[in-house]
Amino acid sequence: MPVMRVPPNAGAAQPQKMIHSLFLINCSGDIFLEKHWKSVVSQSVCDYFFEAQEKAVDVENVPPVISTPHHYLISIYRDKLFFVSVIQTEVPPLFVIEFLHRVADTFQDYFGECSEAAIKDNVVIVYELLEEMLDNGFPLATESNILKELIKPPTILRSVVNSITDYEGSSNVGDTLPTGQLSNIPWRRAGVKYTNNEAYFDVVEEIDAIIDKSGSTVFAEIQGVIDACIKLSGMPDLSLSFMNPRLLDDVSFHPCIRFKRWESERVLSFIPPDGNFRLISYRVSSQNLVAIPVYVKHSISFKENSSCGRFDITIGPKQNMGKTIEGITVTVHMPKVVLNMNLTPTQGSYTFDPVTKVLTWDVGKITPQKLPSLKGLVNLQSGAPKPEENPSLNIQFKIQQLAISGLKVNRLDMYGEKYKPFKGVKYVTKAGKFQVRT
Amino acid sequence: MTDSKYFTTTKKGEIFELKAELNSDKKEKKKEAVKKVIASMTVGKDVSALFPDVVNCMQTDNLELKKLVYLYLMNYAKSQPDMAIMAVNTFVKDCEDPNPLIRALAVRTMGCIRVDKITEYLCEPLRKCLKDEDPYVRKTAAVCVAKLHDINAQLVEDQGFLDTLKDLISDSNPMVVANAVAALSEIAESHPSSNLLDLNPQSINKLLTALNECTEWGQIFILDCLANYTPKDDREAQSICERVTPRLSHANSAVVLSAVKVLMKFMEMLSKDLDYYGTLLKKLAPPLVTLLSAEPELQYVALRNINLIVQKRPEILKHEMKVFFVKYNDPIYVKLEKLDIMIRLASQANIAQVLAELKEYATEVDVDFVRKAVRAIGRCAIKVEQSAERCVSTLLDLIQTKVNYVVQEAIVVIKDIFRKYPNKYESVIATLCENLDSLDEPEARAAMIWIVGEYAERIDNADELLESFLEGFHDESTQVQLQLLTAIVKLFLKKPTETQELVQQVLSLATQDSDNPDLRDRGYIYWRLLSTDPVAAKEVVLAEKPLISEETDLIEPTLLDELICYIGTLASVYHKPPSAFVEGGRGVVHKSLPPRTASSESTESPEMAPAGAPPGEQLDVIPTQGDLLGDLLNLDLGPPVSGPPLATSSVQMGAVDLLGGGLDSLMGDEPEGIGAPNFVAPPAATVPANLGAPMGSGLSDLFDLTSGVGTLSGSYVAPKAVWLPAMKAKGLEISGTFTRQVGSISMDLQLTNKALQVMTDFAIQFNRNSFGLAPAAPLQVHAPLSPNQTVEISLPLNTVGSVMKMEPLNNLQVAVKNNIDVFYFSTLYPLHILFVEDGKMDRQMFLATWKDIPNENEAQFQIRDCPLNAEAVSSRLQSSNIFTVAKRNVEGQDMLYQSLKLTNGIWVLAELRVQPGNPSFTLSLKCRAPEVSQHVYQAYETILKN
Repeated sequence: MPVMRVPPNAGAAQPQKMIHSLFLINCSGDIFLEKHWKSVVSQSVCDYFFEAQEKAVDVENVPPVISTPHHYLISIYRDKLFFVSVIQTEVPPLFVIEFLHRVADTFQDYFGECSEAAIKDNVVIVYELLEEMLDNGFPLATESNILKELIKPPTILRSVVNSITDYEGSSNVGDTLPTGQLSNIPWRRAGVKYTNNEAYFDVVEEIDAIIDKSGSTVFAEIQGVIDACIKLSGMPDLSLSFMNPRLLDDVSFHPCIRFKRWESERVLSFIPPDGNFRLISYRVSSQNLVAIPVYVKHSISFKENSSCGRFDITIGPKQNMGKTIEGITVTVHMPKVVLNMNLTPTQGSYTFDPVTKVLTWDVGKITPQKLPSLKGLVNLQSGAPKPEENPSLNIQFKIQQLAISGLKVNRLDMYGEKYKPFKGVKYVTKAGKFQVRT
Repeated sequence: MTDSKYFTTTKKGEIFELKAELNSDKKEKKKEAVKKVIASMTVGKDVSALFPDVVNCMQTDNLELKKLVYLYLMNYAKSQPDMAIMAVNTFVKDCEDPNPLIRALAVRTMGCIRVDKITEYLCEPLRKCLKDEDPYVRKTAAVCVAKLHDINAQLVEDQGFLDTLKDLISDSNPMVVANAVAALSEIAESHPSSNLLDLNPQSINKLLTALNECTEWGQIFILDCLANYTPKDDREAQSICERVTPRLSHANSAVVLSAVKVLMKFMEMLSKDLDYYGTLLKKLAPPLVTLLSAEPELQYVALRNINLIVQKRPEILKHEMKVFFVKYNDPIYVKLEKLDIMIRLASQANIAQVLAELKEYATEVDVDFVRKAVRAIGRCAIKVEQSAERCVSTLLDLIQTKVNYVVQEAIVVIKDIFRKYPNKYESVIATLCENLDSLDEPEARAAMIWIVGEYAERIDNADELLESFLEGFHDESTQVQLQLLTAIVKLFLKKPTETQELVQQVLSLATQDSDNPDLRDRGYIYWRLLSTDPVAAKEVVLAEKPLISEETDLIEPTLLDELICYIGTLASVYHKPPSAFVEGGRGVVHKSLPPRTASSESTESPEMAPAGAPPGEQLDVIPTQGDLLGDLLNLDLGPPVSGPPLATSSVQMGAVDLLGGGLDSLMGDEPEGIGAPNFVAPPAATVPANLGAPMGSGLSDLFDLTSGVGTLSGSYVAPKAVWLPAMKAKGLEISGTFTRQVGSISMDLQLTNKALQVMTDFAIQFNRNSFGLAPAAPLQVHAPLSPNQTVEISLPLNTVGSVMKMEPLNNLQVAVKNNIDVFYFSTLYPLHILFVEDGKMDRQMFLATWKDIPNENEAQFQIRDCPLNAEAVSSRLQSSNIFTVAKRNVEGQDMLYQSLKLTNGIWVLAELRVQPGNPSFTLSLKCRAPEVSQHVYQAYETILKN
């Protein structure tokens, strides 16, 4: 039923576009920082957010878009903090969400962590950054390279950031303009110099999968990224080619990549930003390409009218391409009626938190000769009905030196500079959202 | 030492201390003090009292200090404009600074100060900065133009800043391009009428070039801008699509979604036979799926949009069902959206997988999610016939779990399955009946009662079951009460002998003890049906029901098309057009998909009708002036403007009387022998004299207010014209005309529901207009308007509403509301509806007035091709209240002197020269308000030629 609402500011100033204000809120509901790009909006607008938060019970479940009588609140939840932006008119929500994540990334980049303490400790830099990132609601500079030239990171990290050579006194404000802005490659500054020229690439693949009770795959795909750490002098022009580029049919590129070259030759050609950045992310979804490296045998049962149940899981290697599977952790959200668990692991250690009902089993690595297992008794609340739902198992693991999709870098060529860089590629496969239903 | 030290406060006046520190001679101390001030600002403390002291620190060579002061100014400049003027000189000076950072800072901060005096000082520095050699300054200046435009639009135009801004689109620096586009699109959006971004192939080409050059944020602005363009033909559409597709691989999800919007819109113009069309479809799927691996907040927005895309073009994602499978640790808002899309994608090919998933979800912990999963199973059954049996057995399994809310949801959906596949799954009724006692939600109770009533003949103890519900009749919700009433009537018609008492009981509960008019009405209707003609009652009540449609929650097509144009925006998240929720005084421009136009020889068949209105037509129906919209929104649509709602009360009273009377009179000659029970007449308020009057005709007389209107002698009535096409009003089509009859004006409307959903709650309102036309009664649409139904209504008007001169004079802006939305249109009314009956002027008076009105007020018109003679002309005009005062014959020509009076008392005098044998007349009009002459002339034309 549409409501004919009287516009609050009809006839007054034009409604403002884009992000009006930003509030940072911690988990206990304190607003510990606010920034207004337009006029000051009262903190009371956050009451609508708190209301939604209360309704959602779980912090993860707070809806990202909330409408209030005069504003919209678009929020993200990152590192136990809420970034709540206030919007007054129609605006693309993804735009705002992307921007908020970029703000969080920048804090992480500057202060080593994106936490309330870090932000409070560097509040002046935070303010300078926010002002530099957004003007009148339009994103100005969000590239880390450029920001770091305009606003220098705090002292402790300053020595780490190799790019800055001279600055006056204790000032953290760059007094020259970012050079990148002058060129058509805003992501790179001019005059970069290194004594050791290096280019490293990390191919990281995560397997997202849902495995059903019987062990067959309901859904599986690979989310891959290639992260780069490039420390090269001057203006290097790089070409990265693959043994099997046809695997990459669903890709998202860093803006530095020349799309046309990729379309025609399947080569990643780019002038890289300086330092760490994500070159591409990709998705491999065709089922036959997604190998499932582990299997889980499980038997979890609760007896009717009894206050106990049995728990028994075993993990074994499946399609692991002959590599060692390590860093295995199993997390299980047990039903509410579970009081305690009395288990014995054949390897590793386990904990059960009776408050959150989360069972965590830190397994370590799999040795095929003796498969790790965890078994024992489950104590239930007496008198309560037997739980209806079966808990899902969440599995974490890691396989070094392997990209499970089979993706392989062929070669890296550099043009435009004379020196010989040091090059390296590392592969790792991890579990993403890897769930086994029981 | 970290910045947290700045938060520590001392006991005695903090502000006082800061003030002292700010005025310190030591540079370091000053800087520390400003940092403290900023720290306070970040936690929302009001430190605006320090404004003068902070501004004093502004003149410094220390860049960091200067930047800090600017940070402070930026926060308070808006709330403290008068004090901000103190800083103007420094601003102007800083705009000349050799350091581009300072120039940019200054121009940026100045733009934030909303004081007219400052804007004067701002112009020159801004002009320089727009042409600054440094791109950092230029991009800042570009944004500043948008800020300034917000404060003083005229100034920006006069100073030529807009042209400079347009030039910046072709700047060599990508950031400048991005900001120029952003600024332009913001300005264009706040002034929809200005064709600032007049999109033509040249400017589009410029934007597409800029798209490759500019930053990710600028790309979003450009893509959103492109989405407003309508290519001239399919070739242009294709070439734009080709240049936009690379954006689908961008890492920024907002860029991706904006690109999807452009493609979805322009695809509409491409023929499905084109190879390119298929290629494009294939290219759209991967980026959409990729959005689902992003952060949950992004996923949510993406899913809401995918929901629209799947409805518009299901083929894009039909093979991607699995990516929508729910993970147990997805946030609930993501889970619910995924589920919705799963059902939309369900087909025979994937139904087994989907069902297995849904069954899995139905055992999860989250109640809302479980409920939705159970409902989803039912929807699958209805959507995919082959799966119905499996769905039903899955639902039965779930009912066996005895989990209360699962059982209730399952029963609700099983009812729908029965509706879709009658006489197929009734074997499960016994299982359902076992759970009767556990149902405590109205929807589930109503569903169960429906099932019992519908299948009463197969349930041995149906009467007992229904009777058990009847005990607490008054405590039930309306939904349950209505359902119970119907179910018992059904039961009675099926098993009349055992259930007389029961039906009598429910009828009296519904009609006598209930305050709910819906329930009472339904009760009366059943009662009357049963008492007059039980055979007919059987035919009506037990009629074969239409099968329910496959998907009941599809977005209505015209709305869907509009929403596709809003992909990526808040509108797409709420699935409502912006007009429904965005605040502000702006005119709302409805967007529509472009029609398909082939560049050359069209190979399309004619039934491939364009899906959208042709561009350009959008603006003339929906008023764009911001103030108009504001006016309309401010009006209250509820009660009538003036006068009692006569129509309502009389109709309702009449209906009750007639029902009572009709029933009473029919009581005597009730047919017997079909086992009909002896009915006690429902209490009637008053019994009118004409007891035998057939109810039907009586009602129709009362309801059909329009019958006869227009056929009686009276003013000329134009045929109804479409005022609001269904396209623009989510399926509501309004056509109408104006009539004047015996002194009363009315607006005859014809409302047609071309949407898929029922429309109710109609209301109408006029904007202020030249003659104060206003509805004299509320808009009465007596029954909900079902899809494809048309209703004719005559809305009485008066002329005592607020007056505002309109352009053109006879323009009338109207808002019509229904349960779906509010729609606006404007129409022109013929002036002769305002010609009053006592418009005949005395001869002497006429002569005197004619002389009195200055000659420059005289207007002359030619009426051509009118075959009538003077007599006929005179009589025809008279019927429209144009009175002939005198008639003369001069040199073989008939001179008719005529007068008319408008509702607001304005007299118009006319001299009409009619030459026998010549079909052209000359009309001279004299009036003290000459602007009406043109419209009076048009009225003459209309009356004489029709």
